[in-house]
Amino acid sequence: MTENIDLTLIGWSRAQFALTAIYHWLFVPLTLGLSFIVAIMETLYVRSGNEEWKKITRFWMTLFGINFAIGVATGIILEFEFGTNWSNYSWFVGDIFGAPLAVEGIVAFFLESTFIAVMFFGWNKVSRKFHLISTWLVAVGSNLSALWILVANGWMQNPVGMAFNPETARNEMVSFWEVLFNQVAVDKFLHTISSGFLLASVFVLGISAWFLLKKRESSFARRSMLVASVFGILASFMNAYTGDSSARTIAKVQPVKFAAMEALTEGKTNAGLVAFGVLKESENKVGEKYLKDFLFKIELPGLLSMMTSGDRDAYVPGVIDLVHGNRDRNIMSFDEKKTRGELARKTLIDYKNAVKEGNTALRDSLKNVFAEKSFNSEYFRFFGYASVEKAEDLIPDLSGTFYSFHLMVILGFAFIMLFALTLYHLFRGTIEKARWFLWLCLLSIPLPYIASELGWVLAELGRQPWIIQDLMPVSAAVTNIGSGSVIATFFIFAALFTTLLIAEVSIMVKQIKSGPKH
Amino acid sequence: MTTLMISHLFLQNYWWIIVSVLASFLVFLMFVQGGQSFIFTLPGNEMQKTMIVNTVGRKWDLTFTTLVTFGGAFFASFPLFYATSFGGAYWVWIAILFSFILQAVAYEFRSKPGNVFGQKTFDIFLLLNGALGPLLIGTAVATFFTGSRFSLDEMNRVTWASSWYGLEAVTDVRNLALGLAVFYLARVNGLLYIINSVDDEDLKARSLKKLLPNSILFLVPFLFFVIAILFSEGFATDPSTGSVSMEKYKYLHNLIQMPLVLIIFLAGVVNVLYGLYAALFRKKNGAIWCTSIGTILAVFAIFMLAGFNNTSFYPSSHDLQSSLTIRNASSSLFTLKTMMFVSFIVPFVIAYIWYAWKSMNINKITVDEMNLNEHKY
Repeated sequence: MTENIDLTLIGWSRAQFALTAIYHWLFVPLTLGLSFIVAIMETLYVRSGNEEWKKITRFWMTLFGINFAIGVATGIILEFEFGTNWSNYSWFVGDIFGAPLAVEGIVAFFLESTFIAVMFFGWNKVSRKFHLISTWLVAVGSNLSALWILVANGWMQNPVGMAFNPETARNEMVSFWEVLFNQVAVDKFLHTISSGFLLASVFVLGISAWFLLKKRESSFARRSMLVASVFGILASFMNAYTGDSSARTIAKVQPVKFAAMEALTEGKTNAGLVAFGVLKESENKVGEKYLKDFLFKIELPGLLSMMTSGDRDAYVPGVIDLVHGNRDRNIMSFDEKKTRGELARKTLIDYKNAVKEGNTALRDSLKNVFAEKSFNSEYFRFFGYASVEKAEDLIPDLSGTFYSFHLMVILGFAFIMLFALTLYHLFRGTIEKARWFLWLCLLSIPLPYIASELGWVLAELGRQPWIIQDLMPVSAAVTNIGSGSVIATFFIFAALFTTLLIAEVSIMVKQIKSGPKH
Repeated sequence: MTTLMISHLFLQNYWWIIVSVLASFLVFLMFVQGGQSFIFTLPGNEMQKTMIVNTVGRKWDLTFTTLVTFGGAFFASFPLFYATSFGGAYWVWIAILFSFILQAVAYEFRSKPGNVFGQKTFDIFLLLNGALGPLLIGTAVATFFTGSRFSLDEMNRVTWASSWYGLEAVTDVRNLALGLAVFYLARVNGLLYIINSVDDEDLKARSLKKLLPNSILFLVPFLFFVIAILFSEGFATDPSTGSVSMEKYKYLHNLIQMPLVLIIFLAGVVNVLYGLYAALFRKKNGAIWCTSIGTILAVFAIFMLAGFNNTSFYPSSHDLQSSLTIRNASSSLFTLKTMMFVSFIVPFVIAYIWYAWKSMNINKITVDEMNLNEHKY
């Protein structure tokens, strides 16, 4: 399926999508979390009638608005890039992937866009209660938007609830609930929104700390910090729990990604969990690709086996097992999967030829083959391997996957400490005196952005070469257009997004410096 | 769910209707773009500019969301169109998206201190989106009648036959005519929306002055497009074999053979014309409601003409048999059925949009409100 697609086109199409996704994800998590923080603050205002809470709400709401606009701008590109740059993918899975996108529009986007106007412009036009409900609906709508796109992304990582139709040459949905409650999607949604809550909490902490460092708006800053740290610590626990669950699911459905996350070259029993390590190039290689060894590592013995199977003696496969196979452990090799994938593809080509030639008997018998459960579980599930040339192509970037995972986890634990310390200082009444800690809060603002982006780098880099796990490699999904067009649009978007980011940051800084309105 | 006996054909028709409804609301809501396109030419002073931006701007998100939902619904119900058109007519869609990125940030950033590039830059962004958005969307929709240069292989992978990747559509005068018609219709609706929403006699008088030339500039290309399409060849499909062939006066035949569509189309045109008459000659502030209903009905009928009555809704002038119909481009029975259940919440969505709209528009935009130290664009 990749016969006429040039590598330049694939590379630039990937680069364009990555660029858009990375920029989009700079803004979305703050929207997800700040929307709830603002809603909580406004609830406190409505319940207490205290104008101070209104002032606090409106300040953070202004920052929310600035951030929201640019998130929307980058989001529309992502949706349409599935069509413009990945049209083969759009057809191959559109029957499944399109539905969550449409539900997202109907259920979530309209909720968000309708009530955001009330939230910003309705303070003097609607009742206090209606305004509060609108603010909550914006928060719910924003987070529901995340649900549907993550359901779609979860399906790409773990395709379930579908069957292949040879007539249309695409996968078709057979169970909406399986797609919706796909374990990967559930983990991904909860982990992603909690990372947004966490990021927004650190953002509010950091900005509030700046006010205290400047000895301005003390009451505003302390109240904001209280809401953010309570919300943040709850989000952190949710984030840690769902992260753990996510890793367990990856171990089952994307074992190569899991092995890459842990830089586990060779499988072992009683496998240790690497808390942190530094990689070096190994002497082992698969094909032309060198693997990785550890220069040094801090390891918790047996924990990886424990985590994946609840048993210290459980075997965790390494990259080599997963590529070359391991008969003792019942792991199939790449070559075997490729042979099976090629057979599935040949069956499809034979079917198409039978249709073209009007050979109805052959056509019907081959159609029945695609309906057989055993054909699907033993052959068609490896369909994508027919388009993967070499065994080493199965291995994602080991360093990128390993470091993005470990840095993300380390930062995640650091945030728990940050929120706990904030609460400690707030309850002791020492927050304004602890200037070192206020500086720490301020300087921490970029960290959850880094952690959050690393999460996506891990998810998307780690699934390479697949766009749909085992069914379609990225190279087969790309739109067949001139690479010159994609290169041109890459630079247009890069320039535009960077320009808008500069404007956004500058406006944010100006708004923050001017402080809440009295 | 599995026991519900609904045919694939019924659901394909049902989803074409839903997509058409979304398209017709999108064209109406592009009054936001129409209003934006006047940002430098309508206001007499800075305050009036602020009023215009805040009048249409408070609905920008709704238009944007309708566009996104239109795309999502098309993807879900007719994924082959999504894959073919977006993947092939690359530059047209990229240009449309580019203009919408500019819009999304322009409102929020234009009047904020520290926006680096100055208010004028963001106002130019609004102008660009106001002009390019409707013009290009109209041009792209016209290809539903005039055809595009693509072919599909046996795996339904698209190859575009022009290295202009969709931009070649502007070389067909009929496509350009619909683009211009949608652009000027958006401007007309934008003016009427401003007239109905502001409490400023001078701004209303200025809007009214612009209404007549813009109405004429809308009607001329619109009539040209309709006449050209009704009397040219169209892309007919054979329901038994699925093959596509050219048929003389195909769209005129569609109009005659679907009397309900004819009635909807005429009702739409009459409503738009009456709205223009009411605003121009009877000075009615609420004429926007007539033209909006008219816009929605007329666009809906145009989409019916494109997709129903055994017609290819996305024809290929390069390879006739690659043309897309609502039969060969749709999602599976299961997906369309699942999506149908989701679509049942649309009336609820419309109800809360209407309620929120009513609550927010109960008071007109005034100079006093713009002078308040409140959130504004």
